[in-house]
Amino acid sequence: MKTPKHSLPSRPRRRLLAGLLALPAVLALSTPSFAAPPTSEVNTSGLAVTEDTVKVGILHSITGTMAISEIGSVQAEKLAIEQINAQGGVLGRQIEYVQEDGASDWPTFAEKARKLLRQDDVAAIFGCWTSASRKAVLPVIEQFNGMLYYPTFYEGLEQSPNVIYTGQEATQQILAGIDWAVKEKGAKTFYLLGSDYIWPRTSNKIARIHIEKKGLKVVGEEYYPLGHTQFNSVINKIKLRKPDVIFASVVGGSNVAFYKQMKAAGVDLTEEDPLLLTISVTEDEIRGIGGENVEGVYASMKYFQSLDNPNNKEFVAAFKERWGDDMVIGDVTQAAYLGPWLWKAAVEKAGSFDVDKIREASPGIEFKKAPEGYVRIHENHHLWSKTRIGVAQTNGQYKVVHETKDLMEPDPFPEGYK
Amino acid sequence: MFADYSSTELMSIFAMQGFAGLSLFSVFVLMAMGLAIIFGQMGVINMAHGEFMILGAYTTYLTSQFFQNLMPELFAASFFFAMVLAFLVSGALGAFVEWAMVRHLYRRPLDTLLATWGLSLILQQAYRSIFGAREVGVDLPDWMMGAFNVTDFVQLPINGLFVMVIALSIALAVYLLMYRSGWGKKVRAVVQNRPMAEAVGINTAGVDRATFALGCGIAGVAGSAFTMIGSTGPSSGQAYIVDTFLVVVFGGAQSLVGTIISAFGISQAQSTMEFFLSGSMAKVLTLLVVVGILMLRPEGLMALKVRR
Repeated sequence: MKTPKHSLPSRPRRRLLAGLLALPAVLALSTPSFAAPPTSEVNTSGLAVTEDTVKVGILHSITGTMAISEIGSVQAEKLAIEQINAQGGVLGRQIEYVQEDGASDWPTFAEKARKLLRQDDVAAIFGCWTSASRKAVLPVIEQFNGMLYYPTFYEGLEQSPNVIYTGQEATQQILAGIDWAVKEKGAKTFYLLGSDYIWPRTSNKIARIHIEKKGLKVVGEEYYPLGHTQFNSVINKIKLRKPDVIFASVVGGSNVAFYKQMKAAGVDLTEEDPLLLTISVTEDEIRGIGGENVEGVYASMKYFQSLDNPNNKEFVAAFKERWGDDMVIGDVTQAAYLGPWLWKAAVEKAGSFDVDKIREASPGIEFKKAPEGYVRIHENHHLWSKTRIGVAQTNGQYKVVHETKDLMEPDPFPEGYK
Repeated sequence: MFADYSSTELMSIFAMQGFAGLSLFSVFVLMAMGLAIIFGQMGVINMAHGEFMILGAYTTYLTSQFFQNLMPELFAASFFFAMVLAFLVSGALGAFVEWAMVRHLYRRPLDTLLATWGLSLILQQAYRSIFGAREVGVDLPDWMMGAFNVTDFVQLPINGLFVMVIALSIALAVYLLMYRSGWGKKVRAVVQNRPMAEAVGINTAGVDRATFALGCGIAGVAGSAFTMIGSTGPSSGQAYIVDTFLVVVFGGAQSLVGTIISAFGISQAQSTMEFFLSGSMAKVLTLLVVVGILMLRPEGLMALKVRR
């Protein structure tokens, strides 16, 4: 009998060793991933899967107006993919990503999605940010039967078999926020203010129905064009009507102008008269607005960087180590981080990369290591998640003041909104 | 709609609304002045105007960072340094762009439109690569924050007043330069009759370059002032460009006075309507009125009377 030569372990053994190294992490995630099944079994639909790699797509704007918002999502998705790879990958395969730039242009998004699905044969796409880009990509994803993990909180009214929505749909964010303001702050009158496009308009409609159902009053509802920078008139109107709560869904550069002008006009938001409740200002936006201008603003979101739980501490530390100490993490960035993990869990549950099997396996998938705590995929492809209220501090972080007791059920087609 | 409010409340609201209109007016004047000089005097449609503004804004951001970190005791005055610097930086880039690009295209207005639009995309991406895609917040010295409380109800924002003062000073400076200085005479001569101006020995190429640089420099100052009221990001300039062209075209492209009158008219109309209607509707109505008037007076409000 020959004595075995001292050399590198053979390929299967190396994989086994890698698997063993990843064992502690793997145990936590319940499904072992070191026994890699043959490609013919896990890929019957011609995806880019080899014996030891699987290709996915990342599709966000890294140029153009939306780059400001989407870059955080790209960073989170890459981090998640790298972490999954370090733990041994998915079904024994390392994830490789193909990144495409949607360039803040909706037709470009559709074209790039087509490229990812047809040319690169990616097993899943993590991407899109604005509803407009998602709507542009949707027909392509459905036609070629791809799987999109969409991270942004959005207006709802959609449920595609080919999309998993990892952000909150409108009711989850709004209902909890308004209930909190009514219960804890005794709010009776509301002023709804937003940028003029589908998400704020739908959100305010949901908010109005909810407020009026409670017998309370909406004293003003107002929209400004995207990129609007002069809010003096509306600030005067707000001063005149004296609402208890300003419910704001202003987005983008307008935010900066709005909060700076509020402050300049002598409205001290820390006095909570009126109280400002926003669903659109995450830690990312505060960087542009300046912490001193938003101090005292309340936000209704599912995630804040300051959340005090072990998952989140680990996540924040890993994110900063990977992308730099001065990074901030907003709600959407965290939701983007969930995408690759939820996909991994679905693939492992299905034992296959095939989109049809992932779709079937997805409802009920849990992710216990989520930075926001715990999430579960609902039958309607949205996530069960908790909603938190945070108050903005001068350092640009939110302090969490309230958290819903239970997970909120996603309800993308709320009643009364038709 | 006013039945629910007391008369003092109404008075204060009208006072503050008037102020809101005036501060919008000064924003418009600041935005449009640089473009009016370039577009009006040289006939160059500078699509990169917004990006020159943002260059000024980034200059302000860097200056305030510099003072905050290295000379905190002088931070209160940093804004004035920043504005001068913004003028110089944007003006210098303007002169360079004129030399490298615009001067070759003077007789081809559509090509300048395309070329400057390309320039605006290049600048945006350059900002994105240098400063990052996220908006930056410019810290203001304390004295610029807050408001004068005239009464309990009437508050005049200090930064609004400050923008107003800058706008008026710049308008005055441009007026003196254009109508009371020898250089201004040369510029006007070149605008009215280029071959004749050349014949009497005016260096028209030099005048062109200086005019373009001046326009860009003023855009830089405007951008610097806007860090107080708006956002500073790679694409923020896009938010201003439409309004700017609106003001300049409506006022009559070759008349600086027309620019000011049109800025006043549009700002007052818009802020009054914003109060009674929703923001988007106010904008729509303003645009409709402008279109209507331009159909009646295609040259704009103040057309220069020259024989063509």
